[in-house]
Amino acid sequence: MLAKFKVFWQGVRQLSGDDAYERYLQHYAEHHQADGDAPLSKAEFFKKWQDDLWQGVRRCC
Amino acid sequence: MAVSTAVLMKPPESHHCTNLLMNRLQKNITWILIAIVGASAVGGIALSRGEHINALWFITAALCVYAIAFRFYAAWIAATVLGVDDTRATPAERLNNGHDFAPTNRWIVFGHHFAAIAGPGPLVGPTLAAQFGYLPGTLWILFGAVLGGCVQDMVTLFLSTRRDAKSLGQMARDELGALGGTAALIATFAIMIILIAVLGLVVVNAMKHSPWGTFTVSATIPIAVFIGFYMRHFRPGQVLEASAIGVALLLLAVVGGGWVDHHEGLRTWFDHEGLTLAWWVMAYGFAAAILPVWMLLAPRDYLSTYMKLGTITLLAVAIILLQPHVKMPAVTQFIDGTGPIFGGKLFPFVFITIACGAISGFHALVASGTTPKLLANERDIRMIGYGGMLLESFVAVMAMIAATVLDPGVFFAINSSAGVVGKEAVEAAAKISSWGFPVTAMQMQDLAREMGEATLFARTGGAPSLAVGMASIFGSAFGQGMLAMWYHFAIMFEAIFILTTLDAGTRVGRFMLQDMLGNIWPKMAETSWTPSVIFSSALVVSGWGYFLYIGVIDPNGGVNILWPLFGIANQMLAAIALSVATGILVKSGKFKYAWVTGAPLLWLIIITSTAAWQKITSADTRIGFFAAADDLSGKLAAGLLPAEKAAIAPQLIFNLHLDAYITIAFVGLVWLIVFDMLRVCRRYLTGKSTPPLAESPHSPSRLVEDWVRD
Repeated sequence: MLAKFKVFWQGVRQLSGDDAYERYLQHYAEHHQADGDAPLSKAEFFKKWQDDLWQGVRRCC
Repeated sequence: MAVSTAVLMKPPESHHCTNLLMNRLQKNITWILIAIVGASAVGGIALSRGEHINALWFITAALCVYAIAFRFYAAWIAATVLGVDDTRATPAERLNNGHDFAPTNRWIVFGHHFAAIAGPGPLVGPTLAAQFGYLPGTLWILFGAVLGGCVQDMVTLFLSTRRDAKSLGQMARDELGALGGTAALIATFAIMIILIAVLGLVVVNAMKHSPWGTFTVSATIPIAVFIGFYMRHFRPGQVLEASAIGVALLLLAVVGGGWVDHHEGLRTWFDHEGLTLAWWVMAYGFAAAILPVWMLLAPRDYLSTYMKLGTITLLAVAIILLQPHVKMPAVTQFIDGTGPIFGGKLFPFVFITIACGAISGFHALVASGTTPKLLANERDIRMIGYGGMLLESFVAVMAMIAATVLDPGVFFAINSSAGVVGKEAVEAAAKISSWGFPVTAMQMQDLAREMGEATLFARTGGAPSLAVGMASIFGSAFGQGMLAMWYHFAIMFEAIFILTTLDAGTRVGRFMLQDMLGNIWPKMAETSWTPSVIFSSALVVSGWGYFLYIGVIDPNGGVNILWPLFGIANQMLAAIALSVATGILVKSGKFKYAWVTGAPLLWLIIITSTAAWQKITSADTRIGFFAAADDLSGKLAAGLLPAEKAAIAPQLIFNLHLDAYITIAFVGLVWLIVFDMLRVCRRYLTGKSTPPLAESPHSPSRLVEDWVRD
């Protein structure tokens, strides 16, 4: 029951973007560790993420 | 390890065979049962006469039709027509950059996709179309969706996924040629303008002389801004925490509105004419288009998405718990074209009025460009593209139920404009009763008091009647005492995502316009250059603002004109998407399957062309634009109009002409694209050169390998 709720809650977090920064850090660790630059801070990342999200048609009738 | 378990668990050969057979038999029996239940539910709805029918039949019919369509038709299209290939890497995987391109769990993508496609359209359209009775609209919602809308969404999603998540306009340009691409661009821009105007009108009509509604809807703006600052600066990235606070504040705003409504001094601040509210909506749209997204647009979108998902779930639960009876007849006399909500016969106008919920061209814009960037595997295309639209269709069925559980007399009293039934309550009630839908002024007065409104007569646009329907369903299911609260909650719920569509649409329109102007003067295309931002935003807002203004001053309520125009525009966009899809199918050597998209396309061409033809040539002043304009100018010249009406008559006449020319332009665009598609197809079939298929080459998916290895 608890495990199911955890899965559900993870879904809600992902759907809303609540865990976007955690996922970014994971992506960074997997793909860009070698590049040398430090990952973005949470505030910086969130700014970029939010601005990118609103390119193109996001909502319709 | 995995292999050894499989070996251990493998039953002896003969058992295995019987099991397989039993399994298959069981599955077949399940599907046969679903088919029988579905057929009897559809039959029950279609054949029921005289007796009130239970709303549960609608839900049953819908779910069975959806299940069968999804299991068989959608699966067949995915496997045979499209050739979905789960070993092929999607753009999300190939171009993964950790933010916009990112392979995502399919349920999450489904959630994003559904939240993006489902707006106020599927709620308003069925409500208006209920004037024909419950049957025509419901059948169109069910069969239009499974044969048309879902197919369009799924095929577009597939095509865009195979083309690095390109947009519909870009695909039209690549696959058909510059003409198709330009037409798609113009059509998208035009539909955006009409859509925003009509949605603005729905909100204005819901707030007109309703201090409670106006307070609640206005309060959503500072709440959104507060949440915007919270998420951006105070607690960056704490999306859920901020949203929870926002939702709590929104509910508080609903309650607060009731308090404002009872406060003698404060209520006058929020008690406004439609025109005043229209100016405010325009000012809001302009502000939302030039402010940074994080401040207003993004936080409002969060709140509206939660409200939308929550309320739709609540409505479904309430309908299943309560099992209300549908009181509207299956078919009303208004199929002859004399309907009070909008003029026009059943064919073609039911198909124009219900666009979203059955087939909506707008979805093609989300299915291309936005969703494919998240898709982890091609095999999810059926669930997200086809399934997402099925859910939207289900929302439309629920809206139809909410409209038809009202007493038909009440339904028509709320939705008929003063221009049709008269301004006085007694007069209007007598007129509506004379149609065979009994209602009294007293009954409406009581209902308005229960809902916390001054009047519910002539509250056109669909939102108030949907709110009354939802309030009575919620009220019966969860307690009768808070009807006014439920009513204004429903108004807030509709308004909040109408405003989200309005500001998101204005912004998209602004970007498109800047892009187009950039072809003339490159500097204009810079999305951060302030003069260009202000100029193009102002242009977009005045575009839809004009139609909103005319809609508000129109004595027949405006919805009568604007909604069909919106329907035609939306179906036109769908026709463009289906044309692109049909062209690509033929060019991929799948001519024998081209009917999958070709048949809905043909149907759309028939209905949009017929509707446009009638809108232009009909002699009935409630249908024909020119007829109405001539009638009005005749009356104006003869001095038959009262002074207030005479003052606005020239504007109305000009607007009717404008609407007529816009309709002609829309249909011209559709025909242009269809002919362009046919031309490309003919060239392909006769072996001449065509623009090559723009599909990205196959590259094997590593995600699948990982998955298999694990």
